[in-house]
Amino acid sequence: MKFQPVIGLEVHAQLKTGSKIFCGCSTAFGSEPNSQTCPVCLGMPGALPVLNKKVVEFAIRAGLATNCTIAHHSVFARKNYFYPDLPKGYQISQFEEPICRKGWLDIQVEGQEVKRIGITRIHMEEDAGKLVHGDVPGLDDGSGVDLNRSCTPLLEIVSEPDLRSSDEAVAYLKQLHRIVTWLGICDGNMEEGSFRCDANVSVMPVGSDTLGTRAEIKNVNSFKFVKQAIEYEIQRQIDLIEDGGTVVQETRLFDPNSGTTRSMRSKEEAHDYRYFPDPDLVPLVIGADWVQHAQKELPELPEHRQQRFITELGLPEYDAEVLTASRELADYFEECVAFHHNAKAVSNWLMGEVTRSLNDSGTAIEACPVTPRQLAELLKLIDTGAISVKIAKTVFEEMWKNGGEPQAIVEKQGLAQVSDSGEIEAIIDGIIAANAAQVEEFRGGKEKVFGFFVGQVMKASKGKANPAVVNELLLTKLKGP
Amino acid sequence: MDIFELTIGQLANQLKAGTVSSVEATKAMLERIEAVEPRVGSFITVTPESALAEAEAADRRIAAGDAHMLTGVPLALKDIFLTEGIRTTCGSRILHNFIPPYSATAWERLRGCGSVLLGKLNQDEFAMGSSNESSAFGVTRNPWDITRIPGGSSGGSAAAIAARQATATLGTDTGGSIRQPSSHCGCVGLKPTYGRVSRYGVIAFASSLDQVGPITRDVTDCAIMLGAIAGHDPKDSTSINTPVPDYTAALTGDVKGLKIGLPKEYYIDGLDRDVQAAMDRAIETYRRLGAEFVEISLPHTDYAVATYYLIATAEASSNLARYDGVRFGHRSPQAAGLIDMMTKSRSEGFGAEVKRRIMLGTYALSSGYYDAYYVKAQKVRTLIMGDFTRAFEAVDAILTPVAPTPAFKIGEMVDDPLQMYLSDIFTIPVNLAGTCAMSVPAGFSASGLPIGLQLIGKPFGEETILRAGHAFEQATEWHTRKAEI
Ligand SMILES: [Zn+2]
Repeated sequence: MKFQPVIGLEVHAQLKTGSKIFCGCSTAFGSEPNSQTCPVCLGMPGALPVLNKKVVEFAIRAGLATNCTIAHHSVFARKNYFYPDLPKGYQISQFEEPICRKGWLDIQVEGQEVKRIGITRIHMEEDAGKLVHGDVPGLDDGSGVDLNRSCTPLLEIVSEPDLRSSDEAVAYLKQLHRIVTWLGICDGNMEEGSFRCDANVSVMPVGSDTLGTRAEIKNVNSFKFVKQAIEYEIQRQIDLIEDGGTVVQETRLFDPNSGTTRSMRSKEEAHDYRYFPDPDLVPLVIGADWVQHAQKELPELPEHRQQRFITELGLPEYDAEVLTASRELADYFEECVAFHHNAKAVSNWLMGEVTRSLNDSGTAIEACPVTPRQLAELLKLIDTGAISVKIAKTVFEEMWKNGGEPQAIVEKQGLAQVSDSGEIEAIIDGIIAANAAQVEEFRGGKEKVFGFFVGQVMKASKGKANPAVVNELLLTKLKGP
Repeated sequence: MDIFELTIGQLANQLKAGTVSSVEATKAMLERIEAVEPRVGSFITVTPESALAEAEAADRRIAAGDAHMLTGVPLALKDIFLTEGIRTTCGSRILHNFIPPYSATAWERLRGCGSVLLGKLNQDEFAMGSSNESSAFGVTRNPWDITRIPGGSSGGSAAAIAARQATATLGTDTGGSIRQPSSHCGCVGLKPTYGRVSRYGVIAFASSLDQVGPITRDVTDCAIMLGAIAGHDPKDSTSINTPVPDYTAALTGDVKGLKIGLPKEYYIDGLDRDVQAAMDRAIETYRRLGAEFVEISLPHTDYAVATYYLIATAEASSNLARYDGVRFGHRSPQAAGLIDMMTKSRSEGFGAEVKRRIMLGTYALSSGYYDAYYVKAQKVRTLIMGDFTRAFEAVDAILTPVAPTPAFKIGEMVDDPLQMYLSDIFTIPVNLAGTCAMSVPAGFSASGLPIGLQLIGKPFGEETILRAGHAFEQATEWHTRKAEI
């Protein structure tokens, strides 16, 4: 029997609001335990939540960017369960009436058709705290509760079970990651858990329309692990069924060291969360004008921009995708193109020299020491033949290290390309005279020797000779009188 | 007259005139507390040192000419209000050692006026009860008859007023917990409209029903206290942002033409004879003052108690989940592992009534029962709200008894919780509807126990019921009688 995997993803995106969802405490990562807390996020008796408006704005933005309907009326509910890092004994979330519903995203796996993935809902919720074991002064071998993260705002984005392979799941996740970072609502840092996902995986016989029992893999925090976890889980379920067993509904954890998933708790131990509307928070009413305003403020979305780069600027698909990986990179690219209309040249430089330098120095594109205008000036110098690509790389290095305008650097360091045929001719003559044996070889039909002559000429001109002129003159001279 | 006998109005005049200082008043109160506390038991915590320090500060403020009516006035709070640095127990063993790091907004506002805090008052555990017998710190006795209950859950707050242990107090009212003990103890008690007073820093019982209010000697004091604590609080999303009127200015003594509704569902056979007689006399008094009476109907009254016990317990089961022994309060010393620690801490920390209600509420919210109980109760609640909305199209206020009977004997109903729940039958609908109501002394039973009448007002209609209560008080002398204790 052949099996078909069915996958749905629940993504938690931590919002970049600066302050928490129901109090004014900071959400900065990595501070002293419990240093960013107040009675509200500590769940002290008598404390009451007050909704952070920015969280709502971010949720609306996410909803619009994923083609969701924004609910005019939505409700915060309490999800009740006991856990030591959950200070109130319940988590404030949205349940029956979430803020966004019924959206979709288009994804494309290499070599396949574009596919539309449904988004069931997006809702707002607060995060819990975390337990720390032993590694804090004064704790000895005991456990402590750090509530800095408590009340941190999250969006939970729930997809329909429309994904059919680990590749599709990763493509969807990457697309979503690009959108939330693009919108500036999430920093997308997967290592710090700002963007993490739960995967619901089941398998069913090909041709069947009855979904199999699903397992939920909790909190996977890298694209690689998502792929691994899903693939392992699909194979585990197929093996289990083929061996005559049945899949049980349960929550599983992915272990990156072994690349396997293991059972965390089964359905029998599952909680009855006793959801009910939180009486401390009034229903959230969002007027049409609020949504309209958000729509107007929404930046051009990555997919649209990617498409525009292809159709308007004539970029290859690959380039367009790479350049729209982040809004900052795409902005840099477009700004550069505004100064220098050779989009492909700009793209090559951004994906090559610029990216390499950024990566080597751990710099973000926003902090790139070479401005888009300066890069454009540099590329103009190449196009006009003022400098060679090779020299341009030297100039770029200088701009990166010490700043300065490309033209000025070229002049100051005497890097301008030599196109004067007389000057080049003199060099060529000298080289031909000094390498009689190689001249003979070339004339005897060994054309490879041509490269040797080019190299010698470039070396003698310190790389400044215009290669086109060199080629032309050299060929004429070598072929002889 | 002894200082401890004075109302806020009287004491404020003397403080302003300089005939008495806040330190003298505070000392007089502390002595009075000491003298009668063994018989009444209305306090859980008395704070003489900080009270005297606050009184000194108040005297300086008065001398500087910067005094509010409440500056230097000695008050006490139900132990459900968080008071920074002062133990706050909510009447529960699970919070017996809890010292909060912040204060309730209501108390912050009184403190801002320069009031003096004498201490924290006894109450039913987590405000669950109608008799003040469920406190982990022992029963409070009714100053009019110490074999009887003072009412609950703000029993300590009402008993302290009746026993002259504080000039005024604050309580909370979830299903009648201010009005019922006020009625039983011969005090004035006001449950404001939901959202009129901030709940921030008040330990939650049932969030959608709880409301903070004053218990005082007379209606004037009640108006002064409400004026000080009412108003929007940015820390409480459910507190409403409308201006706070001058409540004392509403006390004109005039009720001519006031239309008062008498709900036929409240005047039923079997109502205690003394209570019925007091209501009849009150109606007569109001008629004499020029008010008009209209028979009205609140048709869903019968469902109020059942609805209340579903919604209140559902919310309570969730609100009380934070008492798990992890971060504050009682933690069981002999527990093996996490689940055991939480289970034991809660088992040891909560009393029988609280456990009963947590179980009821957990059941009402559990999957499979949620629609049948919680959702249905919310629907009935909407119908009850509709009853009041319709009634107030025809009348300005509604007059009913506060409780079906005067205070019962301590222990009399301990084994019959259902019967006890019915003692809040006249007060509960007001909380479900979210509107305001006040208890005003209206007579005494044959055995000398106080009886209160309830004036129910429209949402944010506090001025009307204060005016009506004040007019009644002017025309009668019930509120001037003192408990012999
Ligand atoms: Zn906080």
